[in-house]
Amino acid sequence: MATPNVIIDPVTRIEGHLRIQAYAIPDGKGGGTIKDPGLSASTMVRGVEQILKGRDPRDAWAFTQRICGVCTVVHGLTSVRAVENAIGIKVSKNADYIRNMMIGAQYVHDHVMHFYHLHALDWVDVVSALKAIPANTASLSAKNNPNYKPNNGKLPDAIYFQNVLDRLNGLVNRGQLGLFANGYWGHSAYKLSPEENLLLVSHYLEALGWAREVVKLHTIFGGKDPHPNLVVGGMPCTLSSNTGPVSEDKGGTSLNTAGLAIIKKSVDTMKTFVDQVYLPDVVLVATKYKEWADYGATEGNFLCFGEFPDPALVKKEFVDGAIDYPAGYVFPPGVIWANNLNGLFPFDESKVTENVAHAWYSGSDAGAHPSVGSTVLNYTGPAPDSASYMLDESKRYSWIKSPRYNGQPMEVGPLAHILMMHARNTLDTDKQVRTGVAQYWTGALKLGFDQLNSTLGRIFCRMLETKIIADQMANWYQRYEANKAGAYWNPNTFTRLTQPKSWPKSVGFGFTEAPRGALGHWVKINPTTYMIDNYQCIVASQWNAGPRDAKGIEGPYEHALVGHVLADVKKPLEVLRTIHSFDPCIGCAVHIVDSEGQPLVQVEVNHSYRSLS
Amino acid sequence: MNKDLDLPERSKAPVNLAEDTILDEATVSRLLELGISRRGFLSFCTGMASLMVLPQAMIPKLAAAATAPTKPSVVYMSFQECTGCLESLVNSFAFRGGTTIDNLILNMISLDYQETLMAAAGYQAEDLLKTVTSKPGYVLVVDGSIPAKWDSGYFVSGGRSGVARFRDAAKNAGLIIAVGTCASFGGLPKADPNPTGAVSISELMASLGIRKPLINVPGCPPIPEVITGVILYYLASGMPSLDSLYRPTMFYEKTVHDECYREESFEDGPFALTFDDANARKGGCLFKLGCKGPATHNACSTIKWNQGTSFPMMSGHGCIGCAEPDFWDRINLNGKKGFYVQLAHGGDDD
Ligand code: SF4
Ligand code: SF4
Repeated sequence: MATPNVIIDPVTRIEGHLRIQAYAIPDGKGGGTIKDPGLSASTMVRGVEQILKGRDPRDAWAFTQRICGVCTVVHGLTSVRAVENAIGIKVSKNADYIRNMMIGAQYVHDHVMHFYHLHALDWVDVVSALKAIPANTASLSAKNNPNYKPNNGKLPDAIYFQNVLDRLNGLVNRGQLGLFANGYWGHSAYKLSPEENLLLVSHYLEALGWAREVVKLHTIFGGKDPHPNLVVGGMPCTLSSNTGPVSEDKGGTSLNTAGLAIIKKSVDTMKTFVDQVYLPDVVLVATKYKEWADYGATEGNFLCFGEFPDPALVKKEFVDGAIDYPAGYVFPPGVIWANNLNGLFPFDESKVTENVAHAWYSGSDAGAHPSVGSTVLNYTGPAPDSASYMLDESKRYSWIKSPRYNGQPMEVGPLAHILMMHARNTLDTDKQVRTGVAQYWTGALKLGFDQLNSTLGRIFCRMLETKIIADQMANWYQRYEANKAGAYWNPNTFTRLTQPKSWPKSVGFGFTEAPRGALGHWVKINPTTYMIDNYQCIVASQWNAGPRDAKGIEGPYEHALVGHVLADVKKPLEVLRTIHSFDPCIGCAVHIVDSEGQPLVQVEVNHSYRSLS
Repeated sequence: MNKDLDLPERSKAPVNLAEDTILDEATVSRLLELGISRRGFLSFCTGMASLMVLPQAMIPKLAAAATAPTKPSVVYMSFQECTGCLESLVNSFAFRGGTTIDNLILNMISLDYQETLMAAAGYQAEDLLKTVTSKPGYVLVVDGSIPAKWDSGYFVSGGRSGVARFRDAAKNAGLIIAVGTCASFGGLPKADPNPTGAVSISELMASLGIRKPLINVPGCPPIPEVITGVILYYLASGMPSLDSLYRPTMFYEKTVHDECYREESFEDGPFALTFDDANARKGGCLFKLGCKGPATHNACSTIKWNQGTSFPMMSGHGCIGCAEPDFWDRINLNGKKGFYVQLAHGGDDD
């Protein structure tokens, strides 16, 4: 491949540290077309799994939680589930309801913030917004977001938008654009009118205020956000014996009358903002950028581990308050192959391999199951701090390993979730997917169903799943409310952890569908010291952002860049659009484990049991 | 810890605030332009004062800083981190309605470089970094630890090592704030066996011979109001008083145990022995479940989290000690590590 002429490093508005390289065949006018796959590289590593070796398995969640402060709940919870699975502990109903609500809140919070704060500026030209006429913006708002009343309970009017404009102008006039400085403003790929730009900038600002309200759900249950507390065996929060405020005299916990009201309010606030603002805004952007349904497709292989055990499908209640679900997940576990979007195949954990042929680890080039992977940090990239620093796709070039399923690269995340639900078509939430797609995607936007595999499709699916989860939150809250005086924690947990003879096996696995896709942790506990022997994570963004494998097959980010036409290779806005559509979370994707190559023992994946573990 | 770093003098003793603090007319009208009433501003100051020992004489300065035509530049750089610190900071900002006091804090600074939020990417971001770090005097906020060996490859961004990026950004900084336990003390990356040779900002400054004022704001992540409070204090009144670990005493002098409402039962119980027993519901002390509150300096039990919503012990889990150096490797009772192992001592053991 010719020397890359499209380089984005750092890729900003993501979590973590990512470098993108590609070659665009020049068009003679400063632009060009990318014909070959690009290169996606993570350039930061911490070694979290190596740090976990020899630690108390009860503590692992706090370490893995710090893999990422954005998806803070899911890494902690996957770890907790892995340890519970290893020691054979079922958790109470309340713990499962609360966990569902916490993951759900994470999704809604992350997806809305991704759209407005990480992705919107790829579509919204802030400088163009300065030219908007406030009165016209008010009419647009009344049409696009007719139920949204941020203006002291009234529809935003011309004065409201004049205020937003004044604030933007304030930044411009004092020459301090701050976070908006040096954007690709005025780029020919921006298509929105000044009023549409101003409306979305205004929602960008308002979404910040909204976000800090909805995270309060995590704070009541987990004591803080980011990085709320969790515990192996259930949840650490419990219903207060004192319904009033906590005090030295009266004691109590956060789950008092006021705390329960805050949770209810968070749940309601999520739904309103999604319905009134996020959903119509995504449709507005999609209408103006329909051509982006033709760019950014991956190879068409999708994977989902499954998430949100559906409480409506509770089958059986155990003596200790734990519950059993049949295989009823809002997001079904499964696999879709080669753009055959109606064929949903079962997921088989033994087909997962990891490949380090192009990653900075020593070890065999052949793909290995995560339970037998042997990987040690081994940087062989170019020395930094030199002007000629460049990564080479024929060598090792990333801290991310390449996970494969049945030897193939897979896309994970919202697009995969929506396609799985669409293909299954049994639960009410599956029907909701069909209605949403029919109403907006194939309906209003007149796009083909198979065009969902695209940059725009990813944005649309992320919004649609947010809508579905925001609706489900009320359902989970109701069930929790009805049972709030019940158990929160299984008292057998800690005794079980100190009595390894009572463990069904010493290896546990925990799966979660994170907002960015399939996430799995494997833990092997030493049967004599009770400490962690080995820990392994396979993470959502690893699937999407990973490098080429031993066969030279590129990862989804790299593949998705093929065909992009750039107006200006020095301002690769088009590339950013597609990379951001995946919602990169690179801190998550990088992890290492220092194993002795011992098999972790065959792990059985049984989804009807998984929610308990 | 390098004792050569410039340590400021301790600030003056606090003075009680009064509603009749004098604000000049121009300041009041500029506050109003920002959508903040005089009354709202003073009540914010009173609130902050109780948290951070704010002298009354500082209020007019604060108001002047808040309304200054040119905002002080803040450059925020991330290294080996998880974005939790930034996520926490973002939680302290609100724009809705334009009248919240946090809005004022945002209006007080110009956040000129922050990779997670900034519009610019790639060349344009690097270019911006050069521009903003060429004008001396900005506040450099750092999160994450940094691998000590520049050529290890464990941290590279824009083709440059963490060491080089930090050294260049520190050159013209007026003040460096290490946000989070990773930046302050090495945090998670430095936890045993420190696979990437990660060091804290103060250690790196010492080894590079960078002599600049430094404030550590530990916590995993820190409480957002503590981050913004420190910046606010610095802008209005210069360096706050620091302890030997460069932590501002106004937020880190006490332990979370000192102000914990469960302290009633700390001496004689009743203790919570599982997470949902009757004593847990009553709000009994969590010491026996491993609470590290008595050994952890932070403001969680006073300021609380997410606008005063709750804090770890209020939600039933013991403190894990996340604002202390090497908390991931703390040795507790019987020489054991672990968040659920009791502290070796009943009180502050530092
Ligand atoms: S201190 Fe904690 S929250 Fe901040 S970057 Fe480090 S691990 Fe993340
Ligand atoms: S030990 Fe923990 S729970 Fe008990 S009083 Fe101290 S801080 Fe509170």
